[in-house]
Amino acid sequence: MILTYIEVRNGKVKKSSLETLSEARRAAAAMGVAAEAVLVGYALDGALAEVRSSGAAKIHLLESPELADYSSQGYALALEGLVKETAPAAVFFPATAMGRDLAPRLSARLGVSLASDCTAISVSSGRLAFTRPIYAGKALLAVTLPASPAIATLRPNVFPLEPETSVEAEIIRKTVAIPAGAVKGKVVEVLGESGAAIDVAEAEIVVSGGRAMKGPEGFTLLGELAAVLPRAAVGASRTAVDSGWIGHSHQVGQTGKTVSPNIYFAFGISGAIQHLAGMSSSKVIVAVNKDPEAPMFKVADYGIVADLFQVVPALVAAIKALGA
Amino acid sequence: MNVLVFVKRVPDTESRIRIDREAKSVVEEGLNFIISPYDEYAIEEALRLREAKGGKVVVASLGPVETLATLRKALAMGADEAVLIKDDRKETYDPLRVARVLAAFARNRQADADLLLFGRMSVGSDNAAVPSMVAEILGLPQANVVTRLEIEGATATAQREIESALEKISFSLPAVVSAQKGLNEPRYETLKGIMAAKKKTIPVLTLSDLGLPEEASVPQVEVMNIELPAAKQAGKILAGTPEEAARELVRLLRTEAKAL
Repeated sequence: MILTYIEVRNGKVKKSSLETLSEARRAAAAMGVAAEAVLVGYALDGALAEVRSSGAAKIHLLESPELADYSSQGYALALEGLVKETAPAAVFFPATAMGRDLAPRLSARLGVSLASDCTAISVSSGRLAFTRPIYAGKALLAVTLPASPAIATLRPNVFPLEPETSVEAEIIRKTVAIPAGAVKGKVVEVLGESGAAIDVAEAEIVVSGGRAMKGPEGFTLLGELAAVLPRAAVGASRTAVDSGWIGHSHQVGQTGKTVSPNIYFAFGISGAIQHLAGMSSSKVIVAVNKDPEAPMFKVADYGIVADLFQVVPALVAAIKALGA
Repeated sequence: MNVLVFVKRVPDTESRIRIDREAKSVVEEGLNFIISPYDEYAIEEALRLREAKGGKVVVASLGPVETLATLRKALAMGADEAVLIKDDRKETYDPLRVARVLAAFARNRQADADLLLFGRMSVGSDNAAVPSMVAEILGLPQANVVTRLEIEGATATAQREIESALEKISFSLPAVVSAQKGLNEPRYETLKGIMAAKKKTIPVLTLSDLGLPEEASVPQVEVMNIELPAAKQAGKILAGTPEEAARELVRLLRTEAKAL
């Protein structure tokens, strides 16, 4: 059996969890085993309704009032119990902030290693093989994890969604007992959650700017383009972030976020090797730069050699015209 | 307040990576090595905590003997002590192996540490797993990808980056914290610091000094293959005025790339 951890935030299931479950279904089918899912938290019925028909044979609900707020210790403890009881061959997590916090904690608890931020999973002679970018994508590493269960986190926006099934999952509810003193830290507050903003790492389209943006106003302009595109977020090069034009949570590259959106727009980004590492796995790359020699053009599917301050408003207009 | 900071020697982020496919490893020859960039935020935070609250800063690393240069830099920044845990194995991409060694070091040699600081990940192996694993092995709470840290007696609050928001975590000390860019602005080494660092002795430990059995150092991750990603072909340059090029781009994104 392959178990998928379904992340619930604000009572909602994250899309990356459904992508992870989809890949678990494909891998489980190739191994001839079942795909199951697990939700951890409290009062999970709303989230459960979202995943009932997503192809898991069984869905485990691990609930406790003490798990209402995320804690790596409490959640790892709950998952450890389920893993020991059901002995899955593998446990998959989405490689989100929570998945990347929790999966290694569970791994160490079970005494097994893990593969982080995988972008491909294959099955050969009944064994799972995990491919993951290293050096922020400058190289690809393929590994197997001989100990059981194999634990992996899967990069968002990489694995395609499987259609829902007509069969509803069997629901197994458990109340988890958290021993006193077992949880020494937990989330007390979430700040700045607007609900509207999409993180660069999760966006389907990234609109990024570099040195040629000249200042924070340039990023306001990119924000206008992102606003007319579906599920888009604004990204930035290290130079732009280090110049203070935009917050570092937008930085793409080896010392920022590694992204794989459907479209990556690079406006005035020359294409330093550490930036290319963080975005070259994007499905379509668009480069806009005044300098025709910019290395970014070498990896771009489409290029425009022009002043970005003229191209961006023209793009906003062209996209708006589509909707009209 | 005693702070233990773990650092790693990694290839410079500006490096071009070459692969030895036979050996299933990265070619180290010709690479310039640096301290993993996020580790500098961890060192800086440790130094600031010492300046505010007293105590000492110990920096430790698991790696080959060349890591002594990395540790020297940490001493030059202002760390009180540095320790090398010598390991001649090449990169194993196995975070549990590293975590077991670091946790044994913390438990056996630095039991008085109030805080264990890491960079949020070492650039290269890109697992971002060792801090959480060390926390689990030692039974400590964790706060990863932290951009703000406040300590009040034996409790701490940290802000960590999550998707489009910040999570505020409250936890007790001792604890494991991993640093994200934005936590602080790391200082440069001063000439005085560099001179002082040269005079310090860096003890070198082996895995057996830490009481680790041989099997603890055998990787659990089996490397099947390392390769370079497929090279991308340069695409189309769209001609015309900015307006024409923009319209053509939108058309191609819809009809040819089917991405819009």
